[in-house]
Amino acid sequence: MVSEAKKKATEDRLSALTLPQGNGWLDAARKDALGRLRAVGLPAKRDEYWRFTDPSALVATAPAVEGAQAAADPFAELDPFVITVDGDAITVPDGAPEGLEIDTLRAASAVDIHWVRDVYGTHEAAGSRPVLRPLAMLNTAYATDGLLLRVKGAVARPVAIRYTPGTDPILHHVVKLEPGASLVLLESGTSGDRSNHVLEADLADDASFHHLRIQGPDDLRHVNTHVFAGLSARSVLKSFTLSANGALTRNEAVIEMTGDDGSATVAGAAFGRGAFHHDDTVFVTHDALNCESRQVFKKVLRDGATGVFQGKILVKEGAQKTDGYQISQSLLLDDDSVFLAKPELEIYADDVACSHGSTTGAIDETALFYLRSRGVSKRDATDMLVLSFLAEALDEIEDEALREHVTARLAGWLAEH
Amino acid sequence: MLKIENLHVKLEEEDKQILKGIDLHVPYGEVHAIMGPNGSGKSTLSYVLSGRDGYEVTEGSAQLEGEDLLDLEPEERAAAGLFLAFQYPVEIPGVGNMTFLRTAVNAQRKARGEEELSAGDFLKAVRAKAKTLKIDSEMLKRPVNVGFSGGEKKRNEILQMAMLEPKMCILDETDSGLDVDAMKLVSEGVNALRGPDRGFLVITHYQRLLDHIKPDVVHIMANGRIVKSGGPELALEVETNGYGDIIGEVA
Repeated sequence: MVSEAKKKATEDRLSALTLPQGNGWLDAARKDALGRLRAVGLPAKRDEYWRFTDPSALVATAPAVEGAQAAADPFAELDPFVITVDGDAITVPDGAPEGLEIDTLRAASAVDIHWVRDVYGTHEAAGSRPVLRPLAMLNTAYATDGLLLRVKGAVARPVAIRYTPGTDPILHHVVKLEPGASLVLLESGTSGDRSNHVLEADLADDASFHHLRIQGPDDLRHVNTHVFAGLSARSVLKSFTLSANGALTRNEAVIEMTGDDGSATVAGAAFGRGAFHHDDTVFVTHDALNCESRQVFKKVLRDGATGVFQGKILVKEGAQKTDGYQISQSLLLDDDSVFLAKPELEIYADDVACSHGSTTGAIDETALFYLRSRGVSKRDATDMLVLSFLAEALDEIEDEALREHVTARLAGWLAEH
Repeated sequence: MLKIENLHVKLEEEDKQILKGIDLHVPYGEVHAIMGPNGSGKSTLSYVLSGRDGYEVTEGSAQLEGEDLLDLEPEERAAAGLFLAFQYPVEIPGVGNMTFLRTAVNAQRKARGEEELSAGDFLKAVRAKAKTLKIDSEMLKRPVNVGFSGGEKKRNEILQMAMLEPKMCILDETDSGLDVDAMKLVSEGVNALRGPDRGFLVITHYQRLLDHIKPDVVHIMANGRIVKSGGPELALEVETNGYGDIIGEVA
């Protein structure tokens, strides 16, 4: 039952939006999502998965604050194939890397037969059960554009999506990896004062998808993102997010492992201060044999910042030999900051190894003294220990060059404080 | 060089006096050893001098080259030329040993108004010094002290000391956890740094380290005070008779 208040909040929000017009198949997908959304309503503070994060700024008819800022491209040195997204205006340059077909949702909506038809909204719809993802439903219904990447082989050059701020964008990307295909996708920049992003990733057998995202370092943005990934046999997903600053960030990852011997890693490092509120909500479903999943999340919080982690591993009946791992840790740099964690395991198979842990701690005074006794200032020493704390999450970035690159960015941002 | 006068120190959190009037003067170029039984206050002295939190100086002073140490932050004391080799060097995962060393060296140079070392010059200096301490490039690349053996950690302390070129070096139980070979290596590293412009305070429980690092003066500490000072022969006396006789004699 949707309460009257929720119904009203939902209709208020929808009245400020226009359902984009397009061809039959996309219209149908949008209306399906809209129907699902209306049946459950937009999130409210009392919903089970929103207790730690007040969704009102994400649900309101307009962004609460203005002030999203463009930042220098953190991936420029890696020479990726760059696709720019200015608000919701996508520019795809010529010369796409070999093995990759690039299209946009807007262009695809004009044609009757398109590969994305079988994918768009399907992983989102599957991932909205059993936990509701109403903001993702809203996204599927109202996304004005998005990138459609069809990966047919091993794409050697990384592809980068580079955002610059626009007005309240709703973007829906789809990545479809065919058997044996591989892609490295980078995302960086801020798409708006408030943004709603969905990324659906469809991994066929033996496909490999590395997703590396940097959010920030601007202070005022309100962001909610969803990554929905479906993994077939022997496919590999690695998704890593570095979040620097920002007012409100809710990153959800919903992973379905339906093929045997798959491997999925979702990891993140986040740091912020003051009004910073950062929420990672992760749901990994094991529905096949011998799959491995890892959730590794670290947050550094100061000056009253809030960190949230809600992570779940669901092992379905028959998903034997599952190896599930989950860790969430926070480093609180003062007494005012808060970390809220809700780790969950739900297991219906008897031959599995699943472990989870969550810790909250302060800076190690002995280590701080050790560094300072060598002449390093208190501030620099603290930054070093912050970096040291986040390193374990950064280690989840498999590619050494990428890892070092992200670490250097992070070190630079810490030093700017 | 290092002048400690009537130093009284208590724990900050509880009413417990640890140092009860230490007087100690280490002139330029000399190596002084402090020996004493567990709980005598040896390590506390090293922490108070280097500025660790948790202690309160209730009386007395400590000066390095005439500058009052006790008012300075730990990093300021380091820049002034003080170095403490830790009894238990701290592991810092995720921070490369080289990065750490370079940050420390340049922070001190900057604090002293000197130019920072270029990456090339730094690398050259580290490699030369690491070689004499048998620290290989793999160890330099690894995170600070992570996965190092006891001996490797202590050698790494001496490498830091060699790179930072302090005026006054305090070695806190550097021999603990070392086998004979490691002790020899560490001692050679220390001895190479001995010189007319540098002072050493070697804190140890056992005499054996002093076979390798020959002290000019040996002080015996007990119950927060220096109870006896003398030449190297004092260390041998401890080795033969234990602390009981000396402490009893004074009491």
